[in-house]
Amino acid sequence: MSFLPFFASPTAIEMARAQFGFVIAFHIIFPAFSIGLASFLAVLEGAWLWTKQPVYLDAFKYWLKIFAMIFAIGVVSGLVMAYEIGANWGGYADKVGPVLGPLLAYETLTAFFLEAGFLGIMLFGLDRVGPKLHFAATCLVSIGTLISATWILSANSWMQTPAGTVMGANGQIVPVDWLAIIFSPSAPYRWVHMILASYLATAFMVGGVGAYHLLRDRKNQISRLFFSMALWMAAIVTPLQILAGDTQGQNTLAYQPAKIAGMEGDFTTGVQALHLFGIPDVAQGKLLYDVAIPHLGSFILTHDWNGVVKGLDAWPKDQWPVVSVEFFTFRIMVALGFAMFGLGLLSLWLRYKRRLYDTKWFHYLTMLMAPSGFIAIVMGWTTTETGRQPWTVYGLVTTAQSASPISLPVVMTSFAVIIVIYALVFGSGILYVLKMMAKLPEPGESMPDDAPLRSHGLVGQVALGDKAGPVAAE
Amino acid sequence: MSLLSFLTGGLIPATAPWLPVAFAGIMAFIILMYVILDGFDLGIGILFALERDKTHRDVMVNSIAPVWDGNETWLVLGGSTLYGSFPLAFAVILPAVYPLVILMLMGLIFRGTAFEFRFRAPTEKLRLLWDWAFLGGSVVAAFCQGAILGGLMHGTPIVNRAYAGGALDWLNPFTIFCGFAVVVGYSLLGAAWMIWRASGELQSNMRVYAKYLGMAMLVIFGIVGIWSPLQNPAYYDRWFNWPGIFATAVAPISVLILAYIFFKHLNSTDQAAHDKTPFFCALGFFVVSFGGLGYSIFPQIVPPGLDIWQAAAPTVSLQFLFPGVVILIPVILAYNIFAYYIFRGKIEAGAHYH
Ligand code: HDD
Ligand code: HEM
Ligand code: HEM
Repeated sequence: MSFLPFFASPTAIEMARAQFGFVIAFHIIFPAFSIGLASFLAVLEGAWLWTKQPVYLDAFKYWLKIFAMIFAIGVVSGLVMAYEIGANWGGYADKVGPVLGPLLAYETLTAFFLEAGFLGIMLFGLDRVGPKLHFAATCLVSIGTLISATWILSANSWMQTPAGTVMGANGQIVPVDWLAIIFSPSAPYRWVHMILASYLATAFMVGGVGAYHLLRDRKNQISRLFFSMALWMAAIVTPLQILAGDTQGQNTLAYQPAKIAGMEGDFTTGVQALHLFGIPDVAQGKLLYDVAIPHLGSFILTHDWNGVVKGLDAWPKDQWPVVSVEFFTFRIMVALGFAMFGLGLLSLWLRYKRRLYDTKWFHYLTMLMAPSGFIAIVMGWTTTETGRQPWTVYGLVTTAQSASPISLPVVMTSFAVIIVIYALVFGSGILYVLKMMAKLPEPGESMPDDAPLRSHGLVGQVALGDKAGPVAAE
Repeated sequence: MSLLSFLTGGLIPATAPWLPVAFAGIMAFIILMYVILDGFDLGIGILFALERDKTHRDVMVNSIAPVWDGNETWLVLGGSTLYGSFPLAFAVILPAVYPLVILMLMGLIFRGTAFEFRFRAPTEKLRLLWDWAFLGGSVVAAFCQGAILGGLMHGTPIVNRAYAGGALDWLNPFTIFCGFAVVVGYSLLGAAWMIWRASGELQSNMRVYAKYLGMAMLVIFGIVGIWSPLQNPAYYDRWFNWPGIFATAVAPISVLILAYIFFKHLNSTDQAAHDKTPFFCALGFFVVSFGGLGYSIFPQIVPPGLDIWQAAAPTVSLQFLFPGVVILIPVILAYNIFAYYIFRGKIEAGAHYH
């Protein structure tokens, strides 16, 4: 499917896809940040309990306030997902509900409640429950984010590489083997790649914020701490992520070869070159402006310089994925991966030279790379999802069968409403978060419920320093 | 058959016609939990319309700040459990009330983010704007939930396992009325919650609101009681024909008893112990109305044509989910009660506010 007809006269289902893609691409940024930050916070609080050095507690409190905002946006944008998946995809809900419904219900039972139940204590409870129990709450929240990611990635992986089910008489998919469903062939790969992605994206964001602080105050101990921690993470995890991505590609080649052909821009079956750049022309079935390294494509995918890899011509055209999108999104992700790797190497070099905290150009570079992880995540997901087309459940349920009986004007109106509200609400939220990030951390950072923040809008009118959070008097 | 399937399947026989009934009960429990828990949160938001004072508003928000996320999670559990246990119902209800669902979600976005944002807003004007967002989001979400319920009661046409109607078929006086009824009901819960959790001037304001809201609620009960049986002859039969008429008497009698206790203790300022009584009476109102609703439609899940056995997922899905639900819900309740316990007691505004 090419772009042009969509913009000229979208069908209801294309609109529904665009809308769903928009809300979920938006959602994933925040969970990824929550997953990374929650683990980071657990490490910081643990380090504080262990070493008793206040700098860890200050860094903890600094990021906790940001976490509260990110988490809130993650929750409400996730709530939208939970219902849109039925509202936009009624046919899909009926057919795959028996498989995915229980997984999503288990996600809520084992993860969302855990996160929500202990979030209050994590944000507002330090004074009430004491450091040990508070640390337990922080750990439970971060474990919750990981459990949640596990279930939802299981669900998504099953849609990519379905297993353990049979087609029922009424068109519903019937589960047979739950372990095979939960651990479908792509699930372990996707899990590793996504969790590493969340950690990396968070590390680059935290590092970028630290770099911004160091540019203004090189001596800030708290910023130095998280800047350094983030860059260790970046340097160690990026190579792992590249390996994970490569393994994931092998897995996709085995289970969804058409997706790989589209990602790589391989239109004809044979020994493949690695296409560094090009513009896929779906109508003509070839790659325009191709810049390629011969044989390298085959080598990466099959680890054999002369391995034969299927091209798109192996499938009828109506079963091609959205080549015009996945080709580019994949390249952006990989390019960012290598850029992140480069930055990690630079940080190691500067550390070795003992100039990590006072190399300005490096701080600017790190700032520039701050959003790179999130961009890579959205690009990666877009690759995965557009590459699965025209199926919602690969080989079993088509996107056309998945749609709800909703007319074009209704989807268009709701999409417009969603865009406006997201821009307004989450736009402001992101601005507030950026402002919080711009503020330099200081010794004796406040907790989310401390008065200076809780009465932020009234600075000057009220005396600062007292508690105004949910303080109780028995 | 894998170990996991054996474990979950092995606990429950392969043919278990009672499973859909059990899941209908589970769904009812989850929805009831949501309605009363997020009900008072949304009620707090709606009451922003009446409480203009910033200090009071801060106290109101702080009384729910540590728990609202957990309360909203019941809505997620409701959605995912319906998806897993009655996928066909999920697949037809949501498209049938599509605009209401989208509006409700947008309302909940405003509500959920305004919590944090009103404390982060750089100017007083912006803070007020987020207060409006909190109020507006809560009203819209509450209204849509009521209207969705009304639309469900009113009836949903299904052809070929899909919703077979237009985008605005749900729109009629009954659904609109149900929307308003829920807005009033949630405000009542919110006010009663604040009577429990606040003190001083805020608490006495809340007593006044609760009085009028309580009276409005009684009127609404009367109207819904007469109007909803008229939505569908099956409901009418159930309520007004032998032997249902026995059960029919239970609802009004319990409402009257609850109303008596509610109004009696609403103003008993002398006894701190009674600060929570109005809240539990308000919960009681919801339990009764909810029971009435279930009594009307059971065993239908999407009236008039879809019953719980037709909508149920294959037994394997229910077998897998059932142990998880019955084991984990009590655990969840336990640690949620723990969280409420940690943040118990009257909420005071910081002294510096005055
Ligand atoms: C890899 C991770 C991941 C992915 C792919 C998704 N989510 Fe998500 N989601 C999370 C990871 C996550 C999380 C980290 O667990 C969040 C972020 C903040 C939070 O409370 O939990 C979350 C929040 C969150 C919530 C709010 C939970 C609450 O009330 O506490 C819902 C309802 C969903 N998500 C639903 C979905 C749906 C239906 C998705 C896809 C169709 C989806 N998420 C994709
Ligand atoms: C969070 C990361 C995710 C992102 C960024 C994402 C993104 C997208 C995008 C861009 C599309 C549109 C593809 C197209 O129409 O060409 C899409 C479709 C879809 N995705 Fe995802 N997705 C994610 C995760 C999930 C998960 C976890 C599920 C289910 C459990 C899911 C279910 C679907 C469904 C049902 C469709 C609609 C049908 C379709 O167009 O294929 N997605 N997603
Ligand atoms: C340069 C090295 C990388 C390679 C070779 C690589 C490879 C891949 C491949 C092949 C897929 C598609 C999976 C599928 O077919 O379904 C994918 C998806 C994805 N990638 Fe990457 N990737 C790399 C770097 C990154 C980085 C740096 C990030 C983020 C920080 C990232 C985040 C994602 C995400 C979120 C997805 C979608 C979820 C999934 O399917 O796992 N990737 N990647």
